[in-house]
Amino acid sequence: MTIVNAPDSPSRALLKSLTGINGLDDLTLGGLPSGRPSLLCGAAGCGKTLFAMTFLVNGATRFNENGVFVSFEERSDDLIENVASLGYDVAKLIAEDRLAIDYVRIEPAEIEVSGEYDLEALFVRLGYAIDKIGAKRVVLDTIEALFSGLTDQGVLRAELRRLFTWLKDKGVTAIITAERGEGQLTRYGIEEYVSDCVILLDNRVLDQVTTRRLRVVKYRGSSHGTDEYPFLIDGRGISVMPITSAGLDHKTSSEVVPTGIADLDTMFGIGGFFRGSSILISGLAGTGKSTFSATFANAVCSRGERCLYFAFEESPAQIIRNMRSAGIDLQRHVDAGLLCFEAARPSLFGLEMHLARMNRDIEEFEPSAVIIDPISALRGVQSEIHATLLRLVDICKGRGITAVLTSLSLAADHVTEADRSVSSLMDSWISLSDVESNGERNRVLYVLKSRGMKHSNQIREYLLTDDGIRLIEPYIGQNGVLTGAARLAQEVSERAEELERRQSHDQRRRARDRKRKAVERQIAELKASLDADEEELDLRFTQDDEREGHIQSNRTAMAAKRGASQ
Amino acid sequence: MTWPAPSETGRYVLRLFVTGTTSRSQRAIANMRKICEQELAGQYDLEIIDVYEKPEATRELQVVATPTLVKVLPEPLRRIIGDLSDREKVLTGLNLTPVTGEPRQIS
Repeated sequence: MTIVNAPDSPSRALLKSLTGINGLDDLTLGGLPSGRPSLLCGAAGCGKTLFAMTFLVNGATRFNENGVFVSFEERSDDLIENVASLGYDVAKLIAEDRLAIDYVRIEPAEIEVSGEYDLEALFVRLGYAIDKIGAKRVVLDTIEALFSGLTDQGVLRAELRRLFTWLKDKGVTAIITAERGEGQLTRYGIEEYVSDCVILLDNRVLDQVTTRRLRVVKYRGSSHGTDEYPFLIDGRGISVMPITSAGLDHKTSSEVVPTGIADLDTMFGIGGFFRGSSILISGLAGTGKSTFSATFANAVCSRGERCLYFAFEESPAQIIRNMRSAGIDLQRHVDAGLLCFEAARPSLFGLEMHLARMNRDIEEFEPSAVIIDPISALRGVQSEIHATLLRLVDICKGRGITAVLTSLSLAADHVTEADRSVSSLMDSWISLSDVESNGERNRVLYVLKSRGMKHSNQIREYLLTDDGIRLIEPYIGQNGVLTGAARLAQEVSERAEELERRQSHDQRRRARDRKRKAVERQIAELKASLDADEEELDLRFTQDDEREGHIQSNRTAMAAKRGASQ
Repeated sequence: MTWPAPSETGRYVLRLFVTGTTSRSQRAIANMRKICEQELAGQYDLEIIDVYEKPEATRELQVVATPTLVKVLPEPLRRIIGDLSDREKVLTGLNLTPVTGEPRQIS
């Protein structure tokens, strides 16, 4: 039991009893009014009995308050069996005297009325059950059965009024269930008597999909959430999702969470995603959206943090198998309790049920990262999908959970309507696509946006290898980024050119050397011939001189011979 | 539906649930005693139960209203609620052909 100060009357403290139902205690700011009866109404099959039983079981097991369930419709055994589907061991609680079921059977065919009567026996019966186990909580499910069994409405109404006063005097916190009526909350107008707190359950079917909703119609002396809240009933009990509790006032973290791919980290200026941010990975079929998600999940779990993986298209076993082929071992994280898969067909529930389920799973598992693969599988009106994702993103942000959402793009421009509508919710957006060229398709990615950081504007080719995702150094050619074989071809041709260039270079150098040698040789030859010429010339000069001298001497000799006669 | 004579079905086992000594309880007891003596003389076994004293008995016989007369035997089980001031209704509930007035139409 908790004391909650109602905001509208801060002086008065209203005692409340926790129901232990996720979400309901939030939107009623602490549970149902203690020591007073509350009315739970709704059409057949919307979960009134399960709701009421949950209130008692939680009371007995979590809040140390025993409870009495007065069933006017189902036999004790049936009731025990039915709520076992929610994981409640009522038989055990009964054996421990923490819970009692009193099946009140009113069979009109057996009853004959003769004269005046009242329902004192019912009071005695109830009082006896309450006192026997010291119950603090009581459920009457559904009291209106009295109206079909007993025809005197005047007596019944007077007695019901007395019953509710009597319950208050007993100081028990009670839930009275009632069938939804035409034009009024309950078929027999019980709301007239139980007016402290009225909760309405609803079970609507839209497009063959059922959504359960809950609304607190009235809560005297307390403020409460007034909207309709989706709730779900499954093997883990009941949980209500208070939507409006989400807002924009969440804490922001500047801690960085690596993406699991080192090269991708560097594309984000800060080295990864911000913790608590939401990331959209959009891409065409087969571009490896799930592989990116799984890589991130692997990185999260490898750091010892928990990751919750919502799979809408594949079974967990299939994802684990497929990722193993990409060198990612998710099974060990599942075994270690760090990775949890929640798989469900998108068409299984309505959007709100999915949301409520995801909210419940997130609350229970308390992951540090969530993966939703893919959001494009969610069916519904676009505005509703948007609202659902908005709430989901808010839930994650409110808890500082990093959310990775994948989305399948169909259009050639790889931006679908869904992407556009959710893009404003996303802090980072990685776009995966494949480019077709030279008769092949190659995968490329780019960071479309990333709030609060400088990010790469490059288009990078990546490969899905046996060893995970590998980003390849970008090759930017004359006509943009080259990928795949074209990139390889380009590289090969470049290498060839290089080789050729180098070869011709050497060749020219050798030719030059050769030429130089030839010229030098020629020079040497010329020089040698010059030397030879000079030598010959010198010799001739000497011979001439000698001859000159000879002739002179001859002339002198001749003159001497002719002598003096001249 | 047939109207078996009391002699054919053996003794009547009747339980009358009342709430202490309220006037309504007293009235119911007096009415019942009178009917029993007049209609079932020597063939009945009437037990008067005060629900305040034996609250658990209300559960056994599925009693919610008081006063309630439960015809345990002969089968089928019937509950007649009220102070039993409407004698006709009581006799119908007990599957007894009324002694006074017109014989009941057999349907």
